[in-house]
Amino acid sequence: MRLVIVGASLAGLRAAQAARRAGHDGELVVIGAEPHLPYTRPPLSKELLQGRQELEDSALPVDELDVRWRLSTEATGLDRTRRRVRLRDGAEESYDRLIIATGCRARRFDGPGGGLPGVHTLRTLEDAVALRAALAATHRLLVVGAGFIGCEVAASARSLGLAVTMVDIASHPLAPFGPALGERWAQMHRDHGVELRLGVGLEGLYGDASGARVAGARLSDGSSVDADTVLIALGSTLNNEWLTGAGLELDPAVACDRTLTSTHDPDILAAGDIASVPAALAGGARVRVEHWTTAAEHGQLAGRNALADHAERESHTAPPYFWTDQYDAKIQALGCPALAEETPLLELAPDGTRLVAACVREGRAIGVVAVNAARRLAWYRRALQTPQPLGELAAALAQDGSSLGNPGGARR
Amino acid sequence: MIKVNIDLNLCQSHGECVAIAPDLFQLDENDFIVWQEEVDDGRRADLEAAVNTCPMTAISIEG
Ligand SMILES: Cc1cc2nc3c(=O)[nH]c(=O)nc-3n(C[C@H](O)[C@H](O)[C@H](O)COP(=O)(O)OP(=O)(O)OC[C@H]3O[C@@H](n4cnc5c(N)ncnc54)[C@H](O)[C@@H]3O)c2cc1C
Ligand code: SF4
Repeated sequence: MRLVIVGASLAGLRAAQAARRAGHDGELVVIGAEPHLPYTRPPLSKELLQGRQELEDSALPVDELDVRWRLSTEATGLDRTRRRVRLRDGAEESYDRLIIATGCRARRFDGPGGGLPGVHTLRTLEDAVALRAALAATHRLLVVGAGFIGCEVAASARSLGLAVTMVDIASHPLAPFGPALGERWAQMHRDHGVELRLGVGLEGLYGDASGARVAGARLSDGSSVDADTVLIALGSTLNNEWLTGAGLELDPAVACDRTLTSTHDPDILAAGDIASVPAALAGGARVRVEHWTTAAEHGQLAGRNALADHAERESHTAPPYFWTDQYDAKIQALGCPALAEETPLLELAPDGTRLVAACVREGRAIGVVAVNAARRLAWYRRALQTPQPLGELAAALAQDGSSLGNPGGARR
Repeated sequence: MIKVNIDLNLCQSHGECVAIAPDLFQLDENDFIVWQEEVDDGRRADLEAAVNTCPMTAISIEG
């Protein structure tokens, strides 16, 4: 049996390791567009930018894995009838089972000035090295987009002492967590000296007198912001183009069942950011998670499942989980916060620095967001596997007695 | 027996390991990780899942 994995990052590596561990002794090929062996991305916006970690520290241990790595090699097409992956250089790899793990790339700003020197995005090691070097010579950084990566880079840049402006068309940072929590994130960034420009979009970037470098941005309210470095953090785009015309269901990620098997082809599985998989906390709807832990879990499961017949494959059941570190806050989320209609506080420590909020949709908790409360999150992982009436979750919490504290006056 | 080690300089109390094997890994009152250092061979699959799911690659196993 020939197993081919496309995408040599977290999900692809975990799939290769799991397949070998589960006894796959046939050929194992991992095709990756980047020149590197797999590395981990979270430090790129945090420890690496802050200078607390070096490049080598982000390498993922690859052990003595018996894999034929085809690095710096991009898959450009998929022929399912001949079971071949087409490569950029014209060569092909044939497979019996295929795991798709091509993830995402950073979305670029294609408006005026988007290509000026000094304008960055952040997804790869090269991006991080370039941004780190640029920050060393930057006075004012403009971050466009107050999502996870934008907020993390803003926090890292503040820790380096740079002046930081962050703009977002949304009314709050970390918009998927909703406006109530959004007020807290906004305050946190202001308290740390970030100038926030919310509810305004980016119109265009302009260069300095010689046009050789970016010098600032024009915003949708007619104002402008000077900056010598700009980070575009407008989310990500799926690396799914190579699958066009292959006859798989793209939604636009690879639509899968719970076993990570593509809905149209039992010999093809998907894992990580590129996979769209039904989630219990989303009421069984397919979701794309785009976070580290799910990519690691998907990879491990896809590697095992690829060896089995479709009927014998296991389901992915762990709820989506992710974290972000900003200043001294570790924010962790479980479930599907982006689908929530409101986020009432469930727990609040007396000093206000630690909390847990429920993510509620149609009266049911479908997730939680925790700040500096890792141990409490472990409790919710057990308590919240499927959507649960908020009252029942609150009652279980009252029974448990290990809450951080009663949010009291907060809206319930 | 399998020896389990966690590099406390790396662990950031994500609690992935706790979710996978709550009887082997726990977070204490201060969110610090505590774990069973010698684990029966029968639990290898759980330990390997913890090693591969820890976002900080802080967990290692021997034997
Ligand atoms: C700066 C940054 C910080 C992050 N921080 C956090 C965090 O704090 N917490 C968290 O939960 N998540 C975080 N994430 C998200 C997390 O890193 C991703 O969810 C994870 O990398 C997904 O892994 P993956 O293997 O599915 O995809 P990716 O890591 O995107 O890897 C896909 C790989 O496939 C390759 N590829 C693409 N197309 C092709 C092709 N046609 N042929 C061959 N190869 C191809 C790509 O080059 C890439 O190497 C962060 C991401 C970034 C960029
Ligand atoms: S999963 Fe890793 S980082 Fe998280 S608590 Fe366990 S050892 Fe620490």
